[in-house]
Amino acid sequence: MIAIDERGYYGEFGGAYIPEMLYPNIEELRRHYVQLMEEPAFQREFRQLLKDYVGRPSPLYLAERLSEHYKATIYLKREDLNHTGAHKINNTVGQILMAKRLGKTRIIAETGAGQHGVATATVCALMGIRCIVYMGAVDIKRQAPNVSRMRMLGAEVRPATSGSQTLKDATNEAIRDWINNPEDTHYIIGSVVGPHPYPDMVARFQSVISEEMKWQLEEHTGRENPDAIIACVGGGSNAAGAYYHYLNDAGVRLIAVEAAGHGIHSGESAATSVLGTKGIIHGSRTLLMQTRDGQIIEPYSLSAGLDYPGIGPLHAHLIASGRAEAISITDDEALASAYFLSRKEGIIPALETAHAFAALDKMEYRPDDVIVVCLSGRGDKDLDTYIRHFERFQK
Amino acid sequence: MNRLDKLFANKRQDILNIYFTAGHPKLEDTGKIIQALEKAGADLIELGMPYSDPLADGPTIQQSGQQALRNGMTLPLLFEQVQSVREKTEIPLILMGYFNQVMQYGEQRFFDKCVEVGIDGLILPDLPLYEYEKFYKEMVEQAGLGISFLITPQTPKERVRKVDELSRGFIYMVANSSITGAKGAITEKQLAYFERVSALKLSNPRLIGFGISSHDTFATACRYANGAIIGSAFIRALDGAEDVEKATAGFVKSIRGIEASV
Repeated sequence: MIAIDERGYYGEFGGAYIPEMLYPNIEELRRHYVQLMEEPAFQREFRQLLKDYVGRPSPLYLAERLSEHYKATIYLKREDLNHTGAHKINNTVGQILMAKRLGKTRIIAETGAGQHGVATATVCALMGIRCIVYMGAVDIKRQAPNVSRMRMLGAEVRPATSGSQTLKDATNEAIRDWINNPEDTHYIIGSVVGPHPYPDMVARFQSVISEEMKWQLEEHTGRENPDAIIACVGGGSNAAGAYYHYLNDAGVRLIAVEAAGHGIHSGESAATSVLGTKGIIHGSRTLLMQTRDGQIIEPYSLSAGLDYPGIGPLHAHLIASGRAEAISITDDEALASAYFLSRKEGIIPALETAHAFAALDKMEYRPDDVIVVCLSGRGDKDLDTYIRHFERFQK
Repeated sequence: MNRLDKLFANKRQDILNIYFTAGHPKLEDTGKIIQALEKAGADLIELGMPYSDPLADGPTIQQSGQQALRNGMTLPLLFEQVQSVREKTEIPLILMGYFNQVMQYGEQRFFDKCVEVGIDGLILPDLPLYEYEKFYKEMVEQAGLGISFLITPQTPKERVRKVDELSRGFIYMVANSSITGAKGAITEKQLAYFERVSALKLSNPRLIGFGISSHDTFATACRYANGAIIGSAFIRALDGAEDVEKATAGFVKSIRGIEASV
């Protein structure tokens, strides 16, 4: 049975390793999050916004040309069709409603590629709440269009200039902001990471993905369960959402696809399940990339959404217990897969998502296998990267 | 009786606890600064284990840690430095650091090593009370190490009592809901919090830290607790100093308020 305990542990992973200064905020959330989310009025508002504002349910699409190529039945869960272009908004809609009920008037968030920052700025605009997004100074340069989007939506983008100036440092800065502003501020974490109750809360908001998959698969195939679900994992929120209602169905293989960058052992990788060891990052006991002395290592991936040095505690548990299988995909494999999917199905995926599709090449199938790939985001934001590498992949 | 207990048995007021980051400004400064602090009249030293991701620390301490790591500081080296200075000093030494480093070193091995090299107590700000009590309390107490947990203006009364029950040595009273390195005067609201905690008649001594940066703030804190902790202000004094020993002596004097009279 895969479940979280009341202290926020999945097996040995999770918990809330936070300084005392954060205790009141985390404790307030821990005590109230389940009860608040389950209130009928909350659910009504949440569901209504997911339907009318986000555009849910997202389609489950039978990818016939891809199926023919791999000799299996492959469905795509189209999170790329959501408002703002990725699954991230499922969580920010949920958390902004939570923040309102907790009486918070100021929102902070961290962002790497900018997708979660845009999704947070969007719901803050929707609710008329002040929004501050921390983003590594290096990422601000790499992801200029998303910085502009956030600003256009009314958010203030603050550069994180500490450490390596990327996602982990943006997260550190957001946590420091929360320590300094404990009373009026809610921190919208973008993935299933951080101290309890965040990993569980975010997984619950994202679980709408697998909730829809169940009835959609039933409609398409006459059965609720696929044989395998494939999703990319940085922190792991789209994977957590796609797995959620299948966690305890042992017949459904869960495939977690990580970024291997230039190769797992190249020294430039983000394959946490292979390279990571047990430790604490951002308040959670999980697997992370670190030196023997316990200093956190800056990971590498061409995709800014997968270069997080840790992994959500749920995924650490799923992988350590053997419930999920981890597959690592290099930059080049992901790029090749993005070009392939674009030609085969007319869908340009986000570079993160392209990693999930590349895993199809590494799997073996029975002819009657039904596979769902979580198409977590669209590729507009990665167009520069795709254009830069395009020639190299034309044979 | 370890040095920490001895200190508090003999002295109950105006206790000056100075924090600095091991291996900063230069790798070999750790021992020198410890000895200079003792000579200048600090009562207690909190030695920071430099960390890549110090969540509770402001820019000053973050940067000192980054510098120390660039200088080549590691936990094994820190233990060596402490062991060698321990032969020359009796000042109580506390290690402050984030729990991930303790985990990687091996918890039991870490506590044993602390005792072996002459560390007297620990501050591990991201180790929660629950996990401490469940997994590590017995190890720490058997090793005879002190351990200080934090309270803040938002910590509820029952939790303050729990902190008092689990702390050994002293309680770390965070003056302000903030990261380290705040500046400025102490507010009425903070004084009310200091008084509220005083009235609880806790069994551990209390030291106030975060935002204590001058003679005035130190003196105010000492009126409401057994003493105070200064970190960022001292690190700023060390930064760019030509002679860290002189800078240390000058800083302690300025805090004690005897600069002019000596």
